[in-house]
Amino acid sequence: MTAATELRAEQDRGRKAAQNREKWASVRTYISAAVILFWCLAPAYWMVVTAFRDVGYTYDTSLLPTHITLDNFRTAFDTSFGNRFGQALLNSVFIGVTVTVISLVLGVFAAYALARLNFRFKYLVLGFILGASMFPGVALITPLFQLFTNIGWIGTYQALIIPNISFVLPLTVYTMTSFFREMPWELEEAARVDGCTQGQAFRRVIMPLAAPAIFTTAILAFISSWNEFLIASQLSNDATQPVTVAIANFAGAQPQQIPYTAIMAAGTIVTIPLVILVLVFQRKIVAGLTAGAVK
Amino acid sequence: MATELGPTPVKEPASGGTPIHHGPKGVGEDNAIASQGKWASWLLAPTIVALGIVIVYPIISAIVMSFQKDAGLDPVTGLFTEGGPAGFSNYTNWLFQQCAAPGGGTVACPPGTLGSQFWSATGTTFYFTIVTVTLETILGFWMAIIMARTFRGRSLVRAAVLVPWAIPTAVTAQLWLFIFAFEGIGNKLFNTTILWTGSEIPARWAVIIADTWKTTPFMALLILAGLQMIPAEVYEAAKVDGASAWQRFRMITLPLVKPALMVAILFRTLDALRMFDLPYILTEGSNNTTTLSILVVNQIRQGFNSAAALSTITFIIIFIVAFIFVRFLGANVVEQQTGAGKGKK
Repeated sequence: MTAATELRAEQDRGRKAAQNREKWASVRTYISAAVILFWCLAPAYWMVVTAFRDVGYTYDTSLLPTHITLDNFRTAFDTSFGNRFGQALLNSVFIGVTVTVISLVLGVFAAYALARLNFRFKYLVLGFILGASMFPGVALITPLFQLFTNIGWIGTYQALIIPNISFVLPLTVYTMTSFFREMPWELEEAARVDGCTQGQAFRRVIMPLAAPAIFTTAILAFISSWNEFLIASQLSNDATQPVTVAIANFAGAQPQQIPYTAIMAAGTIVTIPLVILVLVFQRKIVAGLTAGAVK
Repeated sequence: MATELGPTPVKEPASGGTPIHHGPKGVGEDNAIASQGKWASWLLAPTIVALGIVIVYPIISAIVMSFQKDAGLDPVTGLFTEGGPAGFSNYTNWLFQQCAAPGGGTVACPPGTLGSQFWSATGTTFYFTIVTVTLETILGFWMAIIMARTFRGRSLVRAAVLVPWAIPTAVTAQLWLFIFAFEGIGNKLFNTTILWTGSEIPARWAVIIADTWKTTPFMALLILAGLQMIPAEVYEAAKVDGASAWQRFRMITLPLVKPALMVAILFRTLDALRMFDLPYILTEGSNNTTTLSILVVNQIRQGFNSAAALSTITFIIIFIVAFIFVRFLGANVVEQQTGAGKGKK
């Protein structure tokens, strides 16, 4: 009797200790999660708060939004100090869309071949494409600068689009290759049994199924083109510069004073659409980002 | 290439193929491969041609350029010098700081010239790479472990880490420049009065902090994807056997996540070695924050051919580092990519 009670009491104590441990573990997890949230979001938050803050209070360090105004967004688009942010936005969209479309059109075929077909030199091709995706842009800039100077292409859109293809196309191919590997290819076999050619099976069955993967790849491709700075900073001019260059060179009324509030407004405009896009398609984006590295 | 893959890669049975090996095999299989090969070459041709134009052609032309003399005014004599074959002089200019002397021959590059900055830029590049990749690996691993746990709000955290990743680097640089301004929020929050861009150590750390902020999420997501491949039963079994949390981490998590981790570190290392945007905008390369990429860009307008030599050197350095990773540290990107790792799960 007493032995049984003691045993039960001991079990209770053991269970309580385990529960306690679990509780502490979960508290620690929440604290860590809060630290991660703060670390990732605080600087971005500061950008948005500053974007809405009156320019006279640029260095106001109160953490909550104060002196709220939309003036900075007007200043960002103002062209009187030589900034061409509006034009740069259009340039970035144009360059990004063109690069993305070209890379997808070329890349989708390559990815299909790499994911589905067996052929000699497959690993060589894969290695080449992976190597290309990690290729340093700085190794391209010199010969392209000379070439484009000679043929008068400096400051043209094609001079900005062509180098971007060098890193967006490999990214597109390897992201899409890993997406393609995971698709239900039995359906393609089924379509072929029903009399489709391989090309028809690809167009009518696989393409519709692949649409989400292609869309995700398009977002990743667009973002990497949108973020490009090194090549654009050297090969563009005032008329064709993308937003990254415009923001890096953003000038204020006084040369000695950096117009931070307007820059933060411009940064917010450039970032918000991307952040929304990324958050909406979060799962797919993460799958695409990590596609090459695990599996 | 295929020999580097080690054991025969395991493929999903549905696709029905084995990698091509030389040697005897059935005639039917040969035909199938031949017809697939024809298909594959048509499908791959546009990509290969495009990459040939945008990557291979510039590399070759950079190498050709790097053996040419830059035409232009001689900085010392003020006379116009013609171009022409340069031998290795563009390379010795960078590697051994040998600048052209007035009467022919070479002298040590005077301080302040770009030629004299090569080794310090190399040092800076490796300093940034080693410090940022180490920090990002540790922080990224920690974030990944937290994100792998189940708790309410987990999807919020996973979404939040994408925010720094989605912000363009040029914007990140301006944002941190503002945070690190003398009267900015950085000094205010930590109650310091550091002139962040004014001297070497703070300037370097401003770049390191901004880079770590921007790219740790990528690292964390890659490691998280690796962690999620580990079956929960393995941990349960280890728990039953009485393994401590540390033992579970060291004996299960680390070895099983290693392939994904190595690829993540390789990606980040190669990325860090070509770092440009952050130091170029944040510190303008001052106070020993000039990386090799910045040095190339500074050289371009002073002479293409010498810049071509420097960018070729940079490319070779990055290539060697990648080679070391793949060959000796087991970062097998192709194997990971082709799904061969599946057999090891």
